[in-house]
Amino acid sequence: MRELRRLIPYLSRHRAALAWGLLCLLLTVGLSLVTPWILRHAVDDLTAELTRRKLYFYALLLLLAVAVEGVFRFAMRRILIGASREIEYEIANDLFAHMTRLSARFYQANRVGDLMSRATNDLSAVRQVLGPGIMYSANTLATFCGAVTLMSTISVHLLLVALLPLTAVALVVSRLGRVIHDRSEETQAQLSELSALVQENLTGARMVRAFVQEAHEAQRFERENAEYLRRNRRLILLIGGLFPSVQVMMGLSAIAVLWIGGRLVVAGDMTLGQFVAFGSYLMMLVWPTIAVGWVVNIVERGAASMGRIGRILDAPAEIRDEEVDEVPAVKGEIEFRNLSFAYDGHPVLSAIDLHVKAGTTVAIVGPTGSGKSTLVSLIPRIFDAPEGTLFVDGHDIRRIPLATLRGGVGLVPQETFLFSDTVGANVGFAVPHDNRDSVVWASAIAQLERDVREFPERYETLVGERGITLSGGQKQRAALARALAPDPRILILDDALSSVDTHTEEEILAGLRGVMRSRTTLIVSHRVSTVKDADLIVVLREGRVSERGTHDDLILAGGFYADLYRRQRLEQEMEDA
Amino acid sequence: MSSRAATEERTARWHDLRLLLRLLRYLRPYRTAVAASLLLIVAAALIELAGPYLTKIAIDRHIVIGDADGLARIAALYLAALVGAFGVRFAQTYVMHMTGQRVMRDMRRQLFGHLQRLHVGFFDRNPVGRLMTRVTNDVDAINELFTSGLVTVFGDLVSLFGIMGVMLMMNVRLALVTFSVLPLFFIVTYWFRRGARRSFREVRAWLARINAFLQENLSGMSVVQIFRQEERRRREFAAVNRGHADANLRSIFYYAVFYPAIELLAALAIALILVHGGGRILDGVLTLGALVAFIQYTERFWRPISDLSEKFNVLQAAMAASERIFDLLDAPPEVIPPERPIILPRVEGRLSFEGVSFAYRTGVPVLQDIDLAVEPGRSLALVGATGAGKTSIVSLLTRFYDPQSGRVTLDGVDIRELDLAQLRSSLALVLQDVHLVSGTIASNIRLGSPISDERVQAAARAVHAHRFIDSLPGGYDAEVRERGATLSVGQKQLLSFARALAHDPRILVLDEATSSVDTETEALIQDALRVLLRGRTSIVIAHRLSTVQHVDEIVVMHKGRIRERGTHGVLLALRGLYWRLYQLQYKDQEPARPPASSAVTPA
Repeated sequence: MRELRRLIPYLSRHRAALAWGLLCLLLTVGLSLVTPWILRHAVDDLTAELTRRKLYFYALLLLLAVAVEGVFRFAMRRILIGASREIEYEIANDLFAHMTRLSARFYQANRVGDLMSRATNDLSAVRQVLGPGIMYSANTLATFCGAVTLMSTISVHLLLVALLPLTAVALVVSRLGRVIHDRSEETQAQLSELSALVQENLTGARMVRAFVQEAHEAQRFERENAEYLRRNRRLILLIGGLFPSVQVMMGLSAIAVLWIGGRLVVAGDMTLGQFVAFGSYLMMLVWPTIAVGWVVNIVERGAASMGRIGRILDAPAEIRDEEVDEVPAVKGEIEFRNLSFAYDGHPVLSAIDLHVKAGTTVAIVGPTGSGKSTLVSLIPRIFDAPEGTLFVDGHDIRRIPLATLRGGVGLVPQETFLFSDTVGANVGFAVPHDNRDSVVWASAIAQLERDVREFPERYETLVGERGITLSGGQKQRAALARALAPDPRILILDDALSSVDTHTEEEILAGLRGVMRSRTTLIVSHRVSTVKDADLIVVLREGRVSERGTHDDLILAGGFYADLYRRQRLEQEMEDA
Repeated sequence: MSSRAATEERTARWHDLRLLLRLLRYLRPYRTAVAASLLLIVAAALIELAGPYLTKIAIDRHIVIGDADGLARIAALYLAALVGAFGVRFAQTYVMHMTGQRVMRDMRRQLFGHLQRLHVGFFDRNPVGRLMTRVTNDVDAINELFTSGLVTVFGDLVSLFGIMGVMLMMNVRLALVTFSVLPLFFIVTYWFRRGARRSFREVRAWLARINAFLQENLSGMSVVQIFRQEERRRREFAAVNRGHADANLRSIFYYAVFYPAIELLAALAIALILVHGGGRILDGVLTLGALVAFIQYTERFWRPISDLSEKFNVLQAAMAASERIFDLLDAPPEVIPPERPIILPRVEGRLSFEGVSFAYRTGVPVLQDIDLAVEPGRSLALVGATGAGKTSIVSLLTRFYDPQSGRVTLDGVDIRELDLAQLRSSLALVLQDVHLVSGTIASNIRLGSPISDERVQAAARAVHAHRFIDSLPGGYDAEVRERGATLSVGQKQLLSFARALAHDPRILVLDEATSSVDTETEALIQDALRVLLRGRTSIVIAHRLSTVQHVDEIVVMHKGRIRERGTHGVLLALRGLYWRLYQLQYKDQEPARPPASSAVTPA
């Protein structure tokens, strides 16, 4: 239950609504207790001196009580359940806001599907505590207090007898409820098992047919199918028993009232009206009693869910501004000073010394897994470099305000991620809405303009499932344009043109050279054609700088780069042949 | 409503009726259980009518008169009714739910069996996820129809009419007065169901939007952060979230109105009973007990009415699901086994393609006029660029598809006339993507075939898979997890070789893997390949130089046609398509002996 303490600030923000809601609840319960009271007098009068006028009076009183009660019941539900929806809204906002602050490391450790399930399913379980949980427990409490008090004024003796089976109902519902929950999880698990089997079978359709496994597969399916039936049976036994056994216990109460109460009436210790009213009160307790068991389960599940949500909320935002200098803008000088970087204990980069002067172009090549992407991802602080190892414009990168730093860096990541929005919105992702010029400008440099002109609705064309499907090259060019649009001082291309054909790449690079003259560019690539004109080429192997120099220097040195160059020139010749 | 819309509606109803009849056929094997369930539900409804009536008797015959002893008998009767109702209810629920579950099991079995008969092309067109939904979720939706649908509707009707009957029996006029409230019950319930359904749909739509937003933005959070759009995304999320909250708030309205309205109607009924019935008591034509019983029966009216309106939704959902299921069941298998198959006494392994043309989609030919022949025990390599049609040749040979013209023969017999099982068991297919199933290493080699442990091990030894299998915890009994995620590419290759060898086919069809493995494993794979090909008719889609060089014939495919054929040496000398392909595809793989260009250097 400790997990639910987190809800206190939210609840206290809505305390006025809660107070009004609970007041309505009390009035509702209070008025609902009036009905049996009216019945009691009506019946008693029927056995004694009733007139038609009195009859009309009772009927009207009854309708009036129920009508007023209905108004309060309406208000109670709107206010209490409404408040729970508002709190759900606030928690969801807080959760998402917190997730926008969490770093790449967090997203590598947690699957998106998992996070989504916390933000939706778990949150919904917590909402159940706030809404129905609070409402029904208050209702149960109030109804019990009210009805029991009134019943005790009729007959304490009868009350005690009638309450016994009710206690059992609460116990049965909460116990059986839990077992039913467990068993239905078992059943769900078996359904997943069955699904997994079907998925395996269907994705392996070729193999199943090639090895004539159809009959065997059908047998395997039959086994799991039968197990699913068996588990369902275990569940059905309980579900089938739950409602009838609640009915039996309620019935026992009714019998007790009929028998013992009847005798009291016969003995003259109780009027017939009291007898009828007592029965009505007893009926009023049915639902709250069932609700007790139900609320217990809601609260338990809600607490577990709040725990899971709490683990996200407690995850620290690792990358944020701590002590920062006043740096109004980035100029573009980058320096790695003896930088080593490990990821989960595995060293990725060791002793990197690299000075990139503002306005120059530096290329990084090397085999897959040599640390190229990690190296460039340290600059916009996707991961944090150790203190005192990475400097931009002479400031330790951690002392530059994050917004200034990222505002000055345009990164085109290896894996292109576009949003299902319009082409224009994707390219203009980081610029103000009305800034169409920079969108067009950036698209022109990225050689995306021509493609856009072919799209059905130009820049307004939707990307993705509901719109146009972009080719790999188009996606990469859109990502490049997106990074260019805010006109960054530092541009980083992380193997960002791999799906663009060589001819288009040539055009893009030519365009870039024009605009990037006064800006710093880092290019990670596998293609010699992409990097050969860089001011400096750095070869990374196993996290270390193994070669550095201009294209000509490295060709002369005859190392990894020279090999790469020879191989690629050959490939080119083959293609042209 | 226009007449056309009316016609459509009629057709739709007729269609629904046909669906329903087809669904009901699934109940046939369980007709005894269904009949029992119907009887039980009638019994339960009737027994449950007893309570208020017993109260009436208790009041009229005993309490009012002052006969305390008779009360004990009534209480005993009440108890008996209670226990009876419990037993009957429980039995009914159990029988009906189990019948529903058994029907579901049968349906799943039928669906799965049907899926096994469908040809491979069907799975290219239909995403696996969608087919799985048919077997799981859609079947479950129909379950609702059986368990809480049809029979319960019947039960609700019985208890509704039962209550009305008892009321009429006790006092016709008072009963009719009470029934006057019933239409209002129906109207309010209908209003609520419709409104609640609409707002529920709205809530679902917003939830889908929230999910889509989260899915996209959590996946692309680093992009959001790099471009400093966190604040904007927070605002956008708040907007979607607000929409969701508002939709929920709107849906509260229906519930908030519904419950008080129902109570008010019940109170109205009771007030009517009081006014009218009270008057009758004063006139001496109604007993007090009957009045109390009337009030109690009124409180029981609501449940069946509310249930009935709910059932309509269940029915609709089940109809939609059953339509999708029947569509799948009606999908015809396109590769049909022959009615009177020829069974070869012994498969020699002579293969030929005679003037074969084939297209996956009409108008887009994939293979044109292919003539090929492989003698028993000989090997053939297919080479060509991606999309040349190599894989399609293999697909025709295994009868994953049938050609549009020409024929494929095994030992001179058109494979369409052969027993499908014999054809496929005389072939072993080794594909690039090794498909591993959940189970042990041994069961992955054996699959479902009756192959002894010794033969499994012998096969694994022969293809050099034994060493790595032996090093796994559990050896041959090691669990293959997540489709072999823990195994390397090379190990999976060797495993698939062992699988093929253990099945000891006459014909081996091999799509060589292109993915690179370390040199040691590469050597093992090459050696294993030699073992595998030995003495079998084989067709290899070749990506490796060493394999191409050792086959008896190389066929070069280009755009669905055979362009060149011959041995490695002959084709190289031709300096044609093969020579070019060779330069591009194989140059990196033979570092020690650069065959065509002296400029080739190792990577």
